[in-house]
Amino acid sequence: MVTTELIWKLLDQVADPEIPVLTIADLGIVRTVEIIDNKCIVTITPTYSGCPAMHQIEEEILKALSPTITTEVKSTLSPAWTTDWMSEKGKEKLREYGIAPPENEVDKSVLFAKPTVVPCPKCNSKNTRMVSQFGSTACKAHYQCNQCLEPFDYFKCLR
Amino acid sequence: MTVKEALYTYVVRIADDSLILGQRLAEWCGHGPILEEDIALTNISLDLIGQATNLFQYAVTLEDNGRTEDQLAFLRVDREYSNLLLVEQPNKDFGYTIARQFYFDAFRKLFFEALTNSEDTQLAAIAEKSLKETKYHLKHSSEWIIRLGDGTEESHQRIQEAVNFHWRFTHELFFQNEVDKTLIELGIGLDLATLFDDWKNYVSNVLQQATLELPSHSFKLEGGRTGMHSEHLGYLLAEMQYMQRAFPNLTW
Repeated sequence: MVTTELIWKLLDQVADPEIPVLTIADLGIVRTVEIIDNKCIVTITPTYSGCPAMHQIEEEILKALSPTITTEVKSTLSPAWTTDWMSEKGKEKLREYGIAPPENEVDKSVLFAKPTVVPCPKCNSKNTRMVSQFGSTACKAHYQCNQCLEPFDYFKCLR
Repeated sequence: MTVKEALYTYVVRIADDSLILGQRLAEWCGHGPILEEDIALTNISLDLIGQATNLFQYAVTLEDNGRTEDQLAFLRVDREYSNLLLVEQPNKDFGYTIARQFYFDAFRKLFFEALTNSEDTQLAAIAEKSLKETKYHLKHSSEWIIRLGDGTEESHQRIQEAVNFHWRFTHELFFQNEVDKTLIELGIGLDLATLFDDWKNYVSNVLQQATLELPSHSFKLEGGRTGMHSEHLGYLLAEMQYMQRAFPNLTW
C-alpha cells in the first residue's frame, strides 16, 4: 500500500534543475499529493509564469514516482507561489550553495527605494549592493558584496 | 456572441499583448546597452511569454476544438492577432523600448490588480500570478523613465521623443467593445474606463519626477484589438513563426 507519506519522501529526492541543492519540497512548489484509486496526483505551482524549469520538474517527478505508482502531475496557479513557502532547511542550503536566500522584504513599489539589505552568502557582511533587480534566472536578483567583492545571486522575495 | 466566445476573445487579447511584447523584448537578447539591462529585458520577456503560455493554455480549453496553445501562439495570421498596436512597435532604441514598456506596465499593473477579483477563477488566478511579476516590471520601466528624463540633455531629449511617439497608442489600452460588455455584466471582465484616471495619474507623476512633459497631442491610433495592425507586426510574426512554418510541428 503506497501512502502519501512515502510519496512525499520520494518527492524529497527530486531536485530543482536550476538550483540542484534544493529539492522541490524545499522550494514549496508541491501543493498537494493525493492518492485516488491507486493513482497518485501531484499538484505543483510555478515559481514564475515563465519558469522554464517547470517542464523538467514535471518529468523528474514522473521519473521519481513512476516505478512506485501511476502518477499524474497537475499544475495550479492559485494561490500564487510565494517565497514564504520555502523551507528553513531550503534557505540554509541556498546560503551554503552561494545564493542569498529571500529576506522578509519585498522591494518593488517605491521607486528608487533603498534595495533590501542582503547579507553576503560568503562572508556574511551586510555591506552589499544590488547590481540589478534581474539576475541569471527569473527568481533571482544580482548583488555584489562590498566587503569581499564577491558577486552573488539573491533569491528575490516574492509575495 | 456567447459568454464562452467572449471569454475566449478576452483571454486571447491579454495573451497576445504578452506574447508580442515578449517577442519584441527578446530581440534585445545580446544587444542590451549594458549586460544588466540585457538580462533585465530578457527576464521581463520571459515573464511575459510565461503569462502568454498560461493564457493560451486556458484559451484552448475554452475553444475546445483540438487546437493547442502552441498552434494558437505560432500559427495564426496577422489579422487574427488581437494585441495592442503599442506592443508591436519596434524597439528602435533603449528609450523607445522603455517608453513603450512604461505605458504598458502602468496599465498592466492596474489591470491585473482589478482582474484578481474576476468571477472567472482561472482568469483571477492568472492575474494573481502575473501581478507579482508586473510590479517588478513597472518599477524597472518607471525608474528608467526617471533616470533618462532627469539624466543628460541628450537622454532627456530622446526619452521625451519616445514618450511623445508612443502616446498615440495609449488610447487603445482602454479599448472596449461588445466582448467587454458581455463580460463586465457577469463580473468576469473589467470596465477599463475605471482604470483610466489611476493610469494617467501614475504616468503623469513619474513623468513629472523625470522632468518630462506629459504629451498633449491628441492624435490617436487604434486597430490592433480588431486585427488591424501596423506593418511592423508582419515582420515580427515572420521571424517568430519561422521555425513552425518551415518545419511544421517541430519540437525541441
